[in-house]
Amino acid sequence: MEDFKTIEVETDLLILGGGMAACGAAVEAAHWAKQNGLKVTLVDKAAMDRSGAVAMGLSAINQYVGLRDGQNTIKDYVDYVRNDLMGITREDLVANIARHVDSTVHLFEKWGLPIWKDEKGAYVHEGRWQLMINGESYKVVVAEAAKNAIGKENVYERVFIVGPIMDGDRCAGAYGFSVRDNTFYVFKAKAVIATMGGAVHVFKPRSSGEGQGRAWYPPWNAGASAYFTLAAGAEMTCQEVRFIPVRFKDAYGPVGAWFLLFKSRATNALGENYMETRKPELDKWKPYGLVKPTPANLRNYLGMLDVMEGKGPIYMRTEEAIQKIAATSGDEKAAKKKLKELDSEAWEDFLDMTISQAILWAATNVSPEEKPSEIAAAEPYFIGSHSGASGAWVSGPEDIQNDTSKKDYFWGYDHMSTVKGLFCAGDASGASSHKFSSGSHAEGRIVGKAAMRYILKEKPAAPAVTADIVAKLKEQTYKPLKNYEDNVKLTTQNDVNPNYIRPKMFMMRLQKMMDEYAGGVTAQFTTSESMLKRALELLAYLKEDSDKLGAADLHELQRAWENYHRMFQAEAHVRSILFREETRWPGYYFRSDKPKMDPNWECFVNCIYDAKTGDWKMLKRPIHHIFT
Amino acid sequence: MPSYVNPDKCDGCKALDKTACQYICPNDLMVLNKDTMKAYNREPEMCWECYNCVKICPTQAVAVRGYADFVPMGADVVPLRSTDNIMWTVKFRNGSVKRFKFPIRTTTEGQAVPSGGWETAPSIDGPTLSSEPESLGLPEVWTKK
Ligand SMILES: Cc1cc2nc3c(=O)[nH]c(=O)nc-3n(C[C@H](O)[C@H](O)[C@H](O)COP(=O)(O)OP(=O)(O)OC[C@H]3O[C@@H](n4cnc5c(N)ncnc54)[C@H](O)[C@@H]3O)c2cc1C
Ligand code: SF4
Ligand code: SF4
Repeated sequence: MEDFKTIEVETDLLILGGGMAACGAAVEAAHWAKQNGLKVTLVDKAAMDRSGAVAMGLSAINQYVGLRDGQNTIKDYVDYVRNDLMGITREDLVANIARHVDSTVHLFEKWGLPIWKDEKGAYVHEGRWQLMINGESYKVVVAEAAKNAIGKENVYERVFIVGPIMDGDRCAGAYGFSVRDNTFYVFKAKAVIATMGGAVHVFKPRSSGEGQGRAWYPPWNAGASAYFTLAAGAEMTCQEVRFIPVRFKDAYGPVGAWFLLFKSRATNALGENYMETRKPELDKWKPYGLVKPTPANLRNYLGMLDVMEGKGPIYMRTEEAIQKIAATSGDEKAAKKKLKELDSEAWEDFLDMTISQAILWAATNVSPEEKPSEIAAAEPYFIGSHSGASGAWVSGPEDIQNDTSKKDYFWGYDHMSTVKGLFCAGDASGASSHKFSSGSHAEGRIVGKAAMRYILKEKPAAPAVTADIVAKLKEQTYKPLKNYEDNVKLTTQNDVNPNYIRPKMFMMRLQKMMDEYAGGVTAQFTTSESMLKRALELLAYLKEDSDKLGAADLHELQRAWENYHRMFQAEAHVRSILFREETRWPGYYFRSDKPKMDPNWECFVNCIYDAKTGDWKMLKRPIHHIFT
Repeated sequence: MPSYVNPDKCDGCKALDKTACQYICPNDLMVLNKDTMKAYNREPEMCWECYNCVKICPTQAVAVRGYADFVPMGADVVPLRSTDNIMWTVKFRNGSVKRFKFPIRTTTEGQAVPSGGWETAPSIDGPTLSSEPESLGLPEVWTKK
């Protein structure tokens, strides 16, 4: 095998990932680093300007509370999130993010993000919490502030993080490899912030050819946060709470502007509005079924029931919405002007964040004012910052606890996991959904300060990482290259080999079992105890075979480790769905053997992985209401 | 084929140490063929059609052809991104064309000041973050009383 050199980087604070949360962490940590002569280092597998879920841009900021203008209170936001998650929410974490998110948005505006304003200079809302933006360069602008804060010389791009480096019971760094040259990296740090996003392609996507890449969630977030925190031994939460968005079918263009801004309805093929015709179903999911707005999973579920009854496809009634708006905007000239405005807004929504949808509409000659467009449930994703909730179990802030919550939710520094020195934000931290781009950045800022405070107060010693450990991690990291090189000559076709499996087929094997046994698209998001147990049997074989991953080059080596990470996200998910003996989020998944919501399960399902023994421990944690 | 490269336009970024499209692709898909000195997308089925390679290419050599497994042929969506706005040309299968222009940023490239100009000096112990409370537009950070 070729030679791989090792570079060891010593730093005070290590930020893993370069997305929204990481950029927030960088900006805040830099402030305290400057004051105290400390060093901050950031590592991203891609180029920060266009990495993570915001790489393409976005058309809305989904969390803005509006405290400055008295639009809403912190409690309003907590109530909204708790209800949308069917009661399963850490109120302390949601409140902590909500109290800082507006300043994140104001900073974005200063940095140069164009936020829509009305004639009076107030932000234009898409919905109660959402602001409209011209967000093509959203990530570029946010990354720029982060890089200016910590200095470009402290940013490592195209370095793929494989896993954590531990020093006793604390997290003391990370290891990974360059996908551009033959360099193995060891980062040693006093504190580590994990912000490597969520996971996609754990489940089989609906598309089977080129369109596999067009998942709603970007193919490059592959479960690194989940693996990193699990491998460090951190307690994880809400691993069962996947997210399945309903979007314009196939290209997954956003529906927010259509539902919220243009007030469009969705109907089945017979023209019936399932939110009305299926209202009685909501009674079964009380009290959450009766709150307004109806939780996202229940909205999905009502639509799915229609499809299962043969009433599909489901349509976004764009033509109706546009005609209604035009009809109420005055004379013919005014109506024409309004229509032009709407046309531009609707297309910008796609062009800013899901260009594929613009291509699909153009390719099928769609004029939204003339005919409706199909919407559908996508496939399951892990995105704790959005409407899912999976992530690490982290300490809440002391000042937001009450007497009972404090003993369960507070153990030290804000948003630090149960592992010393390991902080999480964005998709990496759990049970605090609906943070979106702005709240993830705000949570990044929270951990940026908290991690610096940890370093200043605890004064952790520089970590001890022996040469033996480094050598072992390096050998493991490059093993897929060796597997390939040692065996490729055994056959005449390098995809098929008795001694290795290439990452693509490994991923497809994972996706097939998750799809069929753990409630993917093919199984209509339905599973049961026996199916999940079978999934675990099949996963065990896959785990053994992960030792035989084979990679031809550095690019494929990255794919190998991405799929290794996905496999852990999959197992945490299967175990958590199995442990929770009820159905709480129909529309995300359905346990057909436990088809009802059970008040005894009004609690968190947490899990801990032991990297030494390979054992999993499942736990229940209580829900405390802090805002009542 | 998601993103694809027109060989007549791609100049391999003039053999610089890294090509623009390879530098930017979030999924590490764009790569230079060292023999022909032309770039290509090595895993079209892992492309998100995020258009970052299209937007960054200095010679406009990269385009996108919608996913063949569900998009009918014949459409074309082409961006032209400058420092403060982006222009889009959307060509429909039936030949009709729409054009849009949207702003992309309000400040000069490279000039984002991390504190937003709100230089505050909070304590390391409380909940107040740097730039707060001024950046919140409130006298203090909310706390549970
Ligand atoms: C399709 C879609 C639409 C959305 N729409 C909106 C919207 O309209 N409004 C809104 O406010 N929010 C929206 N969101 C939510 C928002 O994008 C996320 O909440 C936010 O990006 C989460 O931030 P994060 O930092 O946790 O993850 P990300 O921003 O995704 O960042 C993850 C980072 O980790 C890096 N990384 C991953 N693995 C590794 C590894 N192994 N080694 C090193 N680095 C790694 C990535 O390169 C990236 O830099 C949307 C999300 C999606 C997917
Ligand atoms: S950026 Fe354009 S010119 Fe440069 S290598 Fe890529 S396709 Fe060729
Ligand atoms: S469109 Fe995006 S994902 Fe596809 S090759 Fe270009 S930069 Fe990469």
